[in-house]
This record gives sequence, structure tokens and C-alpha cells, in this order.
Amino acid sequence: MSILVNENTRVICQGITGATGSFHARQMMEYGTALVAGVTPGKGGALFDEKVPLFDTVADAVKATGANATVIYVPPPFAADAIMEAADAGVALIITITEGIPVLDMVKVKRFLQDKPGVRLVGPNCPGVITPKARCKIGIMPGHIHKPGRVGVVSRSGTLTYEAVFQLTQLGLGQSTAVGIGGDPVNGTDFVDCLKLFNEDPETDGVIMIGEIGGSAEEAAAEYIGREFAKPIAGYVAGISAPPGKRMGHAGAIIAGGKGTAAEKIRALQSAGALMAPSPTELGTTLQEALRRGLRRKNS
Amino acid sequence: MKIHEYQGKEIFRKYGVPVPRGFLALTAEEAEEDARKLGAPVVVVKAQIHAGGRGKGGGVKLAKSPAEARELASKMLGMMLKTHQTGPQGQKVRKIYVEEGLPIARELYLGATLDRVTSRVTFIASSEGGVEIEETAAKNPEKILRQTVDPAVGFLDFQGRTLAYGLGLTGSTVNKLVELCKALYRAYVETDASLAEVNPLVVLKDGSVVALDAKMNFDDNALYRQKEIAAYRDIDEEDPIEAKAKEFDLSYIALDGNIGCMVNGAGLAMATMDTIKLVGGSPANFLDVGGGASKEKVTAAFKLILADEKVKAILVNIFGGIMKCDVIAAGVVAAAKEVQLRVPLVVRLEGTNVELGKQILKTSGLPIIPADNLRQAAESAVAAAGGRQ
Repeated sequence: MSILVNENTRVICQGITGATGSFHARQMMEYGTALVAGVTPGKGGALFDEKVPLFDTVADAVKATGANATVIYVPPPFAADAIMEAADAGVALIITITEGIPVLDMVKVKRFLQDKPGVRLVGPNCPGVITPKARCKIGIMPGHIHKPGRVGVVSRSGTLTYEAVFQLTQLGLGQSTAVGIGGDPVNGTDFVDCLKLFNEDPETDGVIMIGEIGGSAEEAAAEYIGREFAKPIAGYVAGISAPPGKRMGHAGAIIAGGKGTAAEKIRALQSAGALMAPSPTELGTTLQEALRRGLRRKNS
Repeated sequence: MKIHEYQGKEIFRKYGVPVPRGFLALTAEEAEEDARKLGAPVVVVKAQIHAGGRGKGGGVKLAKSPAEARELASKMLGMMLKTHQTGPQGQKVRKIYVEEGLPIARELYLGATLDRVTSRVTFIASSEGGVEIEETAAKNPEKILRQTVDPAVGFLDFQGRTLAYGLGLTGSTVNKLVELCKALYRAYVETDASLAEVNPLVVLKDGSVVALDAKMNFDDNALYRQKEIAAYRDIDEEDPIEAKAKEFDLSYIALDGNIGCMVNGAGLAMATMDTIKLVGGSPANFLDVGGGASKEKVTAAFKLILADEKVKAILVNIFGGIMKCDVIAAGVVAAAKEVQLRVPLVVRLEGTNVELGKQILKTSGLPIIPADNLRQAAESAVAAAGGRQ
């Protein structure tokens, strides 16, 4: 078990013939991911690296290979269309790596996905999802820092996810699944979705959750944790020193109108029972401590 | 991206959002001429800077004659206008907008922006116009009206009526507000805006509605398809180092401290700033060199950081994943040699081939201070910059 992806995940890569797509498609295959098809309009019928069949449309790829997930590396101007094409073809899991998609394109995508209840979007602007035990890596994360195990990781930030995973692996704690949900203001799967899945996953014993300034996703997560989440959880929120009104790299990382500060988010998570790491150096050890304390207690 | 009020009003005019008549002036003489052309008994002389709160800072004044408009403009042009959004040094006024004064009956607030919870564009309106809307939202949340727009159908008439009645409007003014909201929504989506704010929106004595101010921000990710909007960029209003960073596709934000930061990834970059603060230091900047951290980008990043004279030490924090630590270390060393570093350099590398990377740093002949983890790196950088602040 794990969440989102496992040994039965069969993956399409949209944008496989581009520079980024082809590089990461090879990395994914090297790790062991079942990459069954590529989609590039106009290149249908050819083979990628002499082994992966290419298709003109996602629908054709799904029909021929029975794929149940897709990873999107399509450039920003065409990425929203690529997501909606995958959703229309009924691909259950759509992982969008592309950074820089216009926000109003994502507003349309979210509206489109409302009518597709069987479809889940992860991202955009995220590192992807990995389940080490299943050798299933969908995205751009460095596979070899991961180790099979029982800790779930969910994060808005790419490199902070790697920090968390790396620290866990160094401590001998493997990961059930690590999910990057992305740093954009409009995205698919959020913290609460992931925490619910981890809560129900018998092979996840505890979770590290990494947030950042902007929006209210961490506050919503805190609300859920306080109400239902039954496993030890360690947290970290980046941006305590960020000034208001300045966008910190990610389109979503901005303190606007006095809302979305790190201090507020840390307070909310703490009072919901998450053990907060004082610095990013202590992500792994804080999770270890949370596990040691055992079942989550409030205000611990 | 931000633009000036006069540019926002150009966009409003194009989409049919009513605005007062007005002209741009770059000199006091032009301001006088503009006032004469307007022929109104009262004209408003408005300093054009990207920050809000101009009125309180003395950047918006009334003139009863063209000569007075000239006098006011000559005082405003070149002044350092300070508002709560400019920072203590203020922002230099280079442009003046002169517009007709109107007989105002009521001042309202109207704004459109993205609501992240619903992932939709949301209209916000309040009868408390002119003042700080954030203050109203905090103290009297019941005075804030909202309408969320379904992107499939756009802003609907009934939503405009709901806002209008909620604001206490009556008669023909109701439909005028409906039309204004629909025009504002079109302007918002067709220009890929991230904010369209009218504060104040005024009801005139004859019952018409007019946007007295126009503040628009735009989605940087959409500028590739918004050539007209991109042309509105005013580089004079931007931090010079931040503007330079954009050319290199680096994400850089200037801050007040003395420790320059170079990090790969936005989240890790913020975490690095936080850790510097945590151990008693103060970061000079936010800088994300991106996942790759290539030699070219690292060189450009060093140059940007060193352009800030406050910088007393640099902290490089890179997690080498796909791009391995030895490759990154070689890039950092080559870049540091090329820019001839004048301040201590603390480097924390982690990830793949980290030992090889550290070896490269050690044998580089450069006075690099290595660190094993971020906390230690931050402590070393604070010490190198002259201690806690």
C-alpha cells in the first residue's frame, strides 16, 4: 500500500519529446516506473528511445495501453489544454510538473475538472509523486535519495521535500509516498486530500507536512488534523521572515492583506497537534520525535 | 506586474469602465496645458507611482486653475513620495496625471481578484469606499460584499444587481453598476489580471458611476500572451537589482539585511532566510537560482548579490538532486573566481555526491567556509557578517 501511485500505476508522459520531458522520462524509467506511452501531437506511431510508443492524443494512448496516470511536461502556454485532454480521456491521476501556467488557465482547468469526479490533479508546478517500495516515480525528484518505508511526506515546495526525504533516509526512516502538491495559487490535490489518504493508508505510520506562506491551505489542513487525523505528524512552514506584499518565487507564496503569514499557519498547525520543526535542519528528527511520542495528542 | 493609474484607466476606457477625462503630464507646463484642455472648474493633480496610499502621502491635490495645476505639478515632479507601501525612502515621482474633478455623491469600493479557496475570480464591494479596505474587512466584515464568478459563464447581471442593492444603490444607478462590473470582469480576464481595484468607485450627483482610481496588477506568467500589457512595464518603478534578476530568469527579492542568500528552490530559499533570522542574522535577499543551479546562473546570482553594498557575507545553500553536488560545487567555484568575491562565502551542499562536492570546495584555493547543515551554515554566515544584529 501507499497513496496515489503503486506497482499497478501505468504512466503516460505528455510532452515526452521535449528537452525536459525526455530527460525525466528516462530518469523515471531508470528508477523503475512503468512508463507505457508518450503523447506528442504529430508524432503518433513513432517510438521514444526505441521502446516507448508515441501517440497523437491521450485518448489513443489510454486505449492502446490502459494507462491510469499521466505526467505533464508540456510548456506553460499548452499545459492547461494538456491537463484537460487527459481529464477528458479519463486518466485517473494527472501529475503536472509544468511551472508558469497562467492563473486564469488554471481557473478554467479547475472548472473543467468539476465535471470529472474520477480524475485527480496533482500540481501544477510540483516535483510529482513517488512511492519507493513500488519503484514508481512520477516527476522530477531525485529517485535515489528515497528509501522504502512508512513515513508519508506532503509539501508545497520541491527542494524542501527533498530535504525532508533526505533527512528521513539518513535517519533510516523510509517513505511510503512523497507528494509535492506545488506552489501555485490554483492547484489540484491539496494538503487535506493527501492527509486523508495517508490517514487511511495502513502502511503510513506518520507524516511530514511542509507548507509555506500565502493562501490558507495550511490553515485548512490544521482544521482537518485537529478533527480527524489520527497519526503522528511533524510540520514546517517556510517564510517566517518573508515581508508582506512580496512574492517569494512561487506564484502562490505571498502574504496579501495581512493573510497567509507563516506565524499564523504555524500557530494553527501547532494547536491542531502537529509537532513543528524549528528549522528545516530538523525535519527528520522532528518526525522521529513525533513517532516516538506515538499517537497524536493535542497540544503536545 | 504592476502598472500606473493612468495606464489602468486606459485599459478601463478600452473595456467600457467609465473613468473621468484626464491627461498625462511629464512636466509642470504639460500639467497646466492638460488642465486648460479639461476646462473643468476643479482638476485633480495625481502623482503616478506604483504604490498605493498616494493621497495621504501628498500625491493627490486639487487645483482650481491651470496655473495652480502647474504649481502643484512642479512641486510633485521629482519629489520622493512616501506612502505606507513605498518604504521609508519613498518613490520618485516622474509622471503626473491631471483629470477633471467631479461632483461626488458617494464613495464606494469595488475590486476583483482571485479567491484561492474557490479557485475563481471574486468581486468584492463595500460601501466604505476611499478608506483602507483591509481595515474595513477586519473591523466590519459584514460591510464586505462578495460575488464569485463562474468562469464558464462570466459575471452575471444578477450578481451585479445583488452587489448594487447590497451597497444601497437605487434607480438607474443599479444597472450602471451591473454594466461596470461586467466591463471590469472582461478587462480582468482579457488582460490576465491578478487584481483590478477601484478605490474609490464614485456615484455622481446625477446617478452615474465612475472609477475614480484604477489599480491593476497582472499575472507575470501570462505576459507572453499580453504584449500590450507587457509594454506598460515601467522599469523606473522597480528595484534595479530585481529588474536585472528578471533578465537572467532568477527570482530575486531585495531585503534589508546583510547576508546575501543563494538557494535552489523557492521553499528552501525562504527556509534559508528563516534560519538566518532564527540564529540572529538578517538576510539581504531572497534568491532562487532554480533547480539546475548551473554555472551561468550562479555567476549571475553572485553578481546580483554583490551589487547590494549592504552584503557582508554570502550563504549558498544548494540541495543537489538530479544535478549532483560535485557539478554544483564546480559551478560555484568557477563563478566565485569569475566575480572576484569581496565577502566571505559560506557554502552548504547536500544531496547526491556531497563528499565529492565538498572536496572540490576545499581544494579550490578560495576561502570558502563549508557547512554540514543549514543551521550551522546560517551561524557561520552570521559570524562572518559581523555577528548577531
